[in-house]
Order: sequence, then structure tokens, then C-alpha cells
Amino acid sequence: MPEHTDTKITQVVTFSEMETIARHIRRKLVEMSHKANTPHLGSALSCVDILVAAYWGVLTIDVKNPTAPDRDRFILSKGHAATALYAVLAYKGFFSESLLDTFAESGSCLAEQPGPNCVPGLELATGSLGHGLSTGIGMAIAGRLQELSYRVFVLMSDGECNEGSVWEAALFAPAHKLDRVVAVIDYNKWQATGRSNEIMAIEPLKQKWESFGWSSYEVNGHRLKDLVEILKKVPDGSGKPIAIIAHTIKGKGISFMEDNNNWHYRVPNLEELKQAKDELGLS
Amino acid sequence: MRDAFADEITSLAARDERIVLLSGDIGNRLFDRYKLRLPDRFINCGVAEANMISMTSGLALSGMRPIAYTINSFITVRCLEQIRVDLCYHNVPGIIVGVGGGLSYASLGGTHHSCEDIAFLRVLPNMTVICPGDPVETRLALRAALKHEGPVFIRLGKKGERIIHKQIPSFSIGKAIVARTGSEICLLGTGNVLPLTLEAADCLAHKGINAQVISFHTIKPLDRELLMHVFSHFSIVATVEEHSILGGLGGSIAEWLSDQPLLKGRLLRIGTPDHFFHEAGGQEYARHRLGLTSESIAQRAFNAYQEMSIN
Repeated sequence: MPEHTDTKITQVVTFSEMETIARHIRRKLVEMSHKANTPHLGSALSCVDILVAAYWGVLTIDVKNPTAPDRDRFILSKGHAATALYAVLAYKGFFSESLLDTFAESGSCLAEQPGPNCVPGLELATGSLGHGLSTGIGMAIAGRLQELSYRVFVLMSDGECNEGSVWEAALFAPAHKLDRVVAVIDYNKWQATGRSNEIMAIEPLKQKWESFGWSSYEVNGHRLKDLVEILKKVPDGSGKPIAIIAHTIKGKGISFMEDNNNWHYRVPNLEELKQAKDELGLS
Repeated sequence: MRDAFADEITSLAARDERIVLLSGDIGNRLFDRYKLRLPDRFINCGVAEANMISMTSGLALSGMRPIAYTINSFITVRCLEQIRVDLCYHNVPGIIVGVGGGLSYASLGGTHHSCEDIAFLRVLPNMTVICPGDPVETRLALRAALKHEGPVFIRLGKKGERIIHKQIPSFSIGKAIVARTGSEICLLGTGNVLPLTLEAADCLAHKGINAQVISFHTIKPLDRELLMHVFSHFSIVATVEEHSILGGLGGSIAEWLSDQPLLKGRLLRIGTPDHFFHEAGGQEYARHRLGLTSESIAQRAFNAYQEMSIN
């Protein structure tokens, strides 16, 4: 099986350019939430940097051939952060940015959580938590059988780790040495109605994955350089699947949303929208 | 049916590199020949059905033809949401094969009785539900399912069911098979009660009634053409199934019937009652206690037929 190389990355950008992209995406997410009156903004802002690092720094994908059999797969298992993925796919060029303006409108293909094949580049319809990792494992086994070297990145939320199916998947992948499967956990320490460690005993999260047989890493989930570096390690030579605990801040990038769980459901009003844009320097 | 499935999947997988067999930690020795020939395409998923079904979807989404196999009560209801979201919502060609449908594993207790599964799975959009009536239909159902471009549920009995079809019948999804011709009562049997349904027809013959028996192997999609025909020609059409009278073959035909203009035939649903069965005992005993014997089926059909004749 050929080793994974970077040669097919279609777009190489600098970290400073990635930061700009992340800022623009954050602005777009606030706008989309405001315009469409939709929740989960905090959850979407939390994972923007992970998505940007993956899509601009790591994934072997071709926007002109979004179903190429050997492409890397990225699954947004925390489907409620769909706006972040939609914006990333649009900015990446999978579809027109103008489509984002139809988000959540009646009849639009962009629902609040992504449906099957709703846009090019979307790997999996999600919304019900705890499905992405197992499905990704199935994709990875298919890749192994077809002698393709693609990797499967699955982005989950910490709240999602409440689901029993996540731990079924966690038990399975190491037994089969699926070293091209990556579970990235957007660990913002909140879930819908409270602190994730008060609702369920999430901690010690890294050790949990490690003890399940995963090669586990912790990373600042907002530092693009660190994210790219760690995501590029896959497979890391250990023969194990990889768990990346990305420490994040819910609502990241907008001061009054950061680590404030009201923004799991709250929608920004016009004034808040303006303030958010000012803070991002993108008024 | 179980052995026919294992044998058939081994032959099919040897010819089609896309086939992957996933097992929920059952089938000890059953798949030895498969594993010997195709070790890479056999995956023991452990006792983790939710993970297995989502993996089935991931494989199907990546060009493979996965078949997930484990005990019927666990591969259907336990992981229903995975079936709904990952297989049906995505409309992928993943096949679920449940062994031990109905009362096949009666002796293992109520957790292993599987008399509600058809009701749950048939209401899922894109799902196809097939209950083969004998080992021959099991093989044919599997071949047909592999050619189908969406999710399919195949509900098996256990091992040792007798072969009904001495010749290989023509088999298509959604096209029922006439197993015995008759003119007075029509019995529609689905799945592992097909032999029992034929025996019920024998009992009716002793009572002087000429019963037609149909292997109604596909519950979804219904064979509407055949239903229209039998409800137009027979005064009694009885469904026989090792499944609750709620939501199974009888239930789905009742739904269909309620949308039709008034037809000649009256529907009689014969299946398990809407309660749990708590007694120990094997399949034959459970069938006996729940009214699923050839005599009781024949008697109920006979009584209904007499009533219709008097009226």
C-alpha cells in the first residue's frame, strides 16, 4: 500500500492565510445563524479551526472530483455544527458560496443538519450523534480491502462521547489495527445543557482513548499549525487508530460567545452580529 | 435456512470481491469455509450491533456490498436507529440478515423472541423486507438482495427447515410465489411458517376445503398485483406469520386493503398475539401455545370461511 503523500493536496496555503480563512468562516457562521435564526452557533464556532486545518492543510481531496475513490474522508459526526462544514466546503470550492445564503430556508438543500449528498464534498448525513465513527470505520475497512491509502477523519463533540455506539467503535478499531481512522474530539467542555464533565464522566478523555488502544494526542484545537502537524501524522506508525483530543472553546472567536453555553441555542441579533463582525475585523 | 445462507454467501463472495460478511459474534463454525477462502472479507464485529450496522453503511458508501449477520432480535430492534439513519436515510446497498426470526429461538426466552422486527423495519423508507420461506428461497433472496441498490432485511428462521421448492422457482423481490394452487381459501405464508402453512392447507383438504398457499416472501414492497387478484377471487385470505399480528404481513396487508375499493375477500390475520410469551419451551411448544399449529390455522380459516358462506 503506498504511503500517504502530500503531493495531491490541491491547494497549499500559509498558516496566516488559513487564519484569515477561519476568520471569514466565523463571520459567515454568525451571519448564517442570524439570518436563518438557527441555533448551535457556539458548537460551530468551536470546530472552525479544526475544519480549516483539515481542509486547507491536510486532506487529500479534489474539489473537481469529490467522489474520487482514493480521497481522504472527513465526517462531521457532530452534525449540529453543519454551518461550519457548509462554509468550509463552499470556501474550498465544492459549491458556490452564494448557496450558503439559502441555508435553512424552505426548500434549500442546506438544512440545519446535513442530509445525504446534499452538497458535493459531504461524506455523510449526520445529526444523530454517535454514528460517524462507526461509519468511518466501515469506510476505512473498505479502503483497506480496495488497497487504497485514504484516511478517515471523524470529528465528534465531547457531548457525543455520551453515546454508547462511540465506545463500540472505540473497541473495534484498534482490534483491527485501523491506523487510518482518526477520531477528533472537539473538546469544548460543554454539551447542550451543561458542563460535559458534570453530566457524564468524560475525563480522563485522552487516557480513555489510550486505554482503548488508540494512539492519543492532545492539542490546542484553535492553533492551526499544531492541528495541521498532528493531523498530518496519520498514520503515525503505531499501527493504532488515532484519537485527537482537541481542546477548544465553545463560541471561539466572538468574545461574548466564548465559553458561554447560552450560545448553544441563542441566535445573534443585529447588534450582536455587528459586534461579532467588528471583533473579527470584518465589518 | 442458516446453512443455506452460509453456503450461498460463500459461493457468492468468492465470485464478487465487493462482498464483505460481518458477523455479530455468532456463527461459530458456520462460516469456516467462508473464512478459509476469504479471510479478509469476514469481520467478526463482536457483540456491538450498533457499530456493526454503521460500519455496514460505511462499507456500502465506499463501494462494497456488506452483509451484516447476527441474531434477529438484536440486528433489528437493538440497532434500529443505525438502520434508519445509516442504511435507509442514505439508501445504501447494505444487507441485514437476521437468524432466529419469530419464535425460532423460543427456548432462549423472551429476549430472543423476535415478533416485532418486521413492523419496525418495514416502515423505514427505502427498506426492503424479505422473509424467505425455505432454504431455496433463502439463497434466491440473497442473490436478489445483492442486485438491489438499497438496504435489504432478510429474516431467516434457524437451521433444518425443510425444502419446499423442489424446483428452483422464479424469484424477484416483491413477487410472491404460488406454492400450492387452490380455489376456496387463500393462505399467505411468510418466512419460516411456509411449511406450517402448507400443512394447514393439508388439514383444510381433510375438511373438504381446497386452499391455495402462497409464499409471500417479500413484505415490503407488497405484491399488490397478487393481492388484488387473491382478494378478488377468494372469500377468505389468511396471512400466516411468526410475527405479531400488529405490523407484520397481516398488518401491512390490512393497510393496503383499507385503501382499496370493497373487494370480495375478507382478511384473517394469524400470527403471534400482542403480548410477551413467558414460558420455557422450544419453538414447537411456543407455536402450539400461541395458536400457530397447522390444525389451529386450518380451523380458524375454516371457521371464517363457513361464516362467509352463511352470510
